[in-house]
Amino acid sequence: MTDPEATSTPWRRACLVADAFALAPAGCGVIVRGGPGPVRDAWLTRLRAALPPAAPFRRIPASIADDRLIGGLDIPATLKAQRPVAEKGLIAETDGGVLVIAMAERLPSGIAARIASALDAESVTIERDGLTLTTPASVGFVALDEGADDDEVPPAILIERSAYFVDLDPIAIREATTDPSDAVDCSAARARFAALREEPEAVAALVAAAAGLGIASLRAPLFALRAARAIAAIEGAGKIEDRHIALAAALALAHRATRLPAEGDDAAEEPPEPPPEDEPETDESKGPNDEPRQLEDVVLDAIVSAIPADLLARLKAGASARAKAATRGKAGDRLISTRRGRPVGTRPGLPREGRIALVATLRAAAPWQPLRRREHGGEPARVHVLPDDLRIVMHQERRGATTIFVVDASGSSAFHRLAEVKGAIELLLADCYVRRDSVALIAFRGKDAEIVLPATRSTAMARRRLAGLPGGGGTPLARGLDAAAALAVQVRRTGQTPFVVLMTDGQANVARDGQGGRAKALEDALDAGRRLFAAGVSSLAIDTSAPSRQRDSATTVSIADAMGADYLKLPVADSARVNEAVRRSAQRLRG
Amino acid sequence: MRQPYPFSAIVGQEDMKTAFLIAAVDPSVGGILAFGDRGTGKSTAVRALAALLPKIRAVDGCPYNCNPSSPAGLCQACHGRSGDKEPKSVLKAAPVVDLPLGATEDRVVGALNLERALAHGEKSFQTGLLAQANRGFLYIDEVNLLEDHLVDLLLDVAASGVNVVEREGLSVRHPAQFVLIGSGNPEEGELRPQLLDRFGLAIDVKTPLDVPTRIEVVKRRDSYERDPDAFLAHWSAAERKLSNRIVAARKALAEVVTPDSAIESATRLCLALGSDGLRGELTLIRAARALASLEKKPEIGVAQLRRVAPMALSHRLRRNPLDETGSTARVERAADEVFGG
Repeated sequence: MTDPEATSTPWRRACLVADAFALAPAGCGVIVRGGPGPVRDAWLTRLRAALPPAAPFRRIPASIADDRLIGGLDIPATLKAQRPVAEKGLIAETDGGVLVIAMAERLPSGIAARIASALDAESVTIERDGLTLTTPASVGFVALDEGADDDEVPPAILIERSAYFVDLDPIAIREATTDPSDAVDCSAARARFAALREEPEAVAALVAAAAGLGIASLRAPLFALRAARAIAAIEGAGKIEDRHIALAAALALAHRATRLPAEGDDAAEEPPEPPPEDEPETDESKGPNDEPRQLEDVVLDAIVSAIPADLLARLKAGASARAKAATRGKAGDRLISTRRGRPVGTRPGLPREGRIALVATLRAAAPWQPLRRREHGGEPARVHVLPDDLRIVMHQERRGATTIFVVDASGSSAFHRLAEVKGAIELLLADCYVRRDSVALIAFRGKDAEIVLPATRSTAMARRRLAGLPGGGGTPLARGLDAAAALAVQVRRTGQTPFVVLMTDGQANVARDGQGGRAKALEDALDAGRRLFAAGVSSLAIDTSAPSRQRDSATTVSIADAMGADYLKLPVADSARVNEAVRRSAQRLRG
Repeated sequence: MRQPYPFSAIVGQEDMKTAFLIAAVDPSVGGILAFGDRGTGKSTAVRALAALLPKIRAVDGCPYNCNPSSPAGLCQACHGRSGDKEPKSVLKAAPVVDLPLGATEDRVVGALNLERALAHGEKSFQTGLLAQANRGFLYIDEVNLLEDHLVDLLLDVAASGVNVVEREGLSVRHPAQFVLIGSGNPEEGELRPQLLDRFGLAIDVKTPLDVPTRIEVVKRRDSYERDPDAFLAHWSAAERKLSNRIVAARKALAEVVTPDSAIESATRLCLALGSDGLRGELTLIRAARALASLEKKPEIGVAQLRRVAPMALSHRLRRNPLDETGSTARVERAADEVFGG
C-alpha cells in the first residue's frame, strides 16, 4: 500500500483514519461529521472491523443519566444481596474499546466532562450513593456530529481530545458501500505500532506545524505523533518516515487550525497578517538545521492541502475556526432551574423547591427499608420515605436572546443616515429571525424615548414599525439608554438574555429632565450608559455620525466605553459588516 | 490506573508549580484555583503533587487521619479514647482526594452506612470524601461544572475546617482541614465572584507559546506514555530532592522572620489595588513566607512578595469597566509602584 493511493479519495482518507484510530484509541477520539446514512454506517463498520474483535463498541445517547454513564448503586441487586452492589456505567463497560457518542453536538457539557475525565485518567471513579469505586476504563470515543451549522458543534472539551476529524459529507454513497478498500491486517499493524519509536524530528516538525497553525493545545501534536506512528505501522514501515508525518499532520492537525501557516505553496493568498514563524531550530540539541526545516515545509504543505475548503475560506476571512465557535457560547445563557425547561437529572430537595422526582425518590429510599422497618415497625408492604430521600427534578432552560434596538431618530441623525440605519436593522432582523431571537425597538427623539415595539418574535412587525418611524427633533440619548436598561431588566425577568444595539451619532443635546444643553445631556448619557453596564447587559454601539465629523465620533466612543459596548462606526456603509459585528457581539453574550 | 506523571518533569508553568509548593509548605494559605487553557497539565500537576507530599503521622485506624500529637483537632472517637497516653499511630501518605464529577452529596459529606444498614439494620456513619481529605488536599477538576449546592458546601467546610453532618438521623462532627484545589476552563463558565475570593491563590494557566518548550513538553509526555516505569525511574532523584525541599521548608517555616516593612508593603499594595477585606494581606504574607522558606531565605523580602502578589491578589480585584488590562497586569503594575520600579 503506497501513500498517494491511501488518501486518493475522501473515502480512503476516512478509512485510513478509522484504521489509525483503531490501533490506539485509548484516551483520544474522532469527530465524525455528517448525518446518519449508509456512508456513516459503512465507516463505523470499517472502524469496528479494525478494532480487536473483543473490544467493546458501545453507543451513548446524548441524554444518558449519570448512573448509566459512570455507574452507581444497583438497587434490585443491592436489595436482594442485602449489601451494596455497584452497577458499572457505560464508560467502564467499554474498557478497552470505543464509545460512540450519538448526536455529539447536543451532548451536555457535564456528560462531556465526565467522558473527558475518564479519557484522561483511563479509569472511572465514582463517589455516589454510598459507593466508592474506581474501575479501569481505557476507552476512545467517536463523536457523531450531526450539527447543521456552525453554532452546533460537539462540546469543546471533546474537540480538545479528538485526534482526528472526518467529514463524511463529500463521500458518495456508492463509493463507501461498494469500494471494499484494501483491508489492513490490524493485529499485525498493532504489533508494529507498539514497536515503533518516535523520531526527534517528528516531534519537532509536528510541534512547529501546530504552532504555525495557531493550535494552542499541546494535546494536538501528541495526537499527531500517535497518528504518524499508526500510519507508519499500517503501511508496514520499520520507522516513521517524513511522509507519515506529513500525512499524520494532515489528518490530525488540519481541522484544528485557527490560522494559516505563513509558508506554503499558496503564498500569494497569504492572510494580511502572516503569523510570525518561529525559528525553533536554533537549539543545538534538535539536530542539524536544514533537514527538519524541509520536513516542516512538507508537513505544512500537507496540512494546507488538507484543511477543509470552508475552513480555509473562513480563516482567510479572518473569522474564527469552527472549533473556536463552540467555545464562544450560544446566543442564550443556559440556566439550571427547578421549574422550567428540559429535565436534566435530579437533586436532593424538598417538593416546595420544585417538582418531585418519584422514581429517584423511591430509589433513594429503597436501600434503607429493612433498617427503617426495624426502627419504625409498620406493615412490610409500606415504603418508609424520609425527607432526606426526596428528590426533585432539575430542568435546564435554554434562554433565548432578545435584541433591543435603541435608535436615534433625532434631527441630527435623521437627515444623514436614518435610511442607512433602517437598512442595517432590516438585515439584523433577518438574522434574528434565523436565530429565533426576539427583538424590541426603542426610538428616541424630541424630548423622550418611546418603546416602539415591545419584545416580540415577529420580525415582520418590527420591520413595519421601523418603516414608519418618524425622524427629527432633539437627541435625548440618556432617556433612550434608560429606557433600554429598563426594558433589558424586564426582558431578563422573563428568562431571556437581553442584548442592546445602540445606533446614534452621539450628539446628545437633551438631558434626562427634558432640558436642552449639551454638557448636561452628555453627562446624563454617560451616566445612563454606566447604569446599563452595571446591570450586566451586553451591548454594541453603532456610530452613525458623518465620516467627516471626527469630534462626534469621540463622544460616541466615550458613551460606548461607559456602556462597556463594542463600538462600530457605520460609515463603513456596508450593512453586511454591521450584521457580522452584531452577530459576533451577540455570540459573546455572557454565556 | 497508572502512576502519575512526576511533578519535576512538568515543563514550564512556574506559577502553577510555585503555588502548589507554597500550599504544600503552608496549607493555611487557603485553596488554589487553577484556571486556564486546556491541555496545560493542570490535573497532571495536582496528581503529581500527591507523590511529593511528606507522609503524615496519623492515629491508627482513624478514618479522619487524626494527628496524635495535636489534641485540639481530634475527631470525636480519638478525643474520647485518648485518655492520658498517646494513641497508637502509623505513618501514611498525605491524602490527595479527587472529587469526581457526578459525586453525590452523601459521598462528599458522609452518610448512613448502607451495608451495615442493610445487613444488620444498624445505624452507623460512613465517612465521606471530606473525612478522607482531612490534613491533605481535595481536588476538583472542572470546578465550574460542579453543582452549586456542592460547591457551597465544600467552601463552607474548607473555611471552617469542620464537617457537620445532620442527615438520616445521624449527627456527626469531624475535623476536615484540607487545601481545596479547583481547576477549570473559563470557557465552560465563570465562577461566581464570591467563590473566587474564597480561594487563597489563583493562577492563570497558559499554554507555552515558544516552540522549543512545546517540543520538550510533547517529548516528555510521549516518553512517559510509552514507558511510564522507565520515565519515573529517570525522574525519581529529582522527585526525592523536591520532596526533601518541601520537608525542609516546612520545618524552617516557623523561623522565617516577617519584618514589619514586609507587612507594610503588603498593606500598601492591597490598598493601592483596592482589594476588599484583609484576606488579601494575610494570604500575601503567608504565601511570601512559605516561598521564602522554600528558597531558604531567613526573612520575607521584596522578591518573594513580588513573586506571589499576582497569584494572591489578582482574583480579589473589583472589575473596573473602563480598564481593559488583565488583573495580573494590574497587580504587577501596582507592585512596581509600591516596591519602586
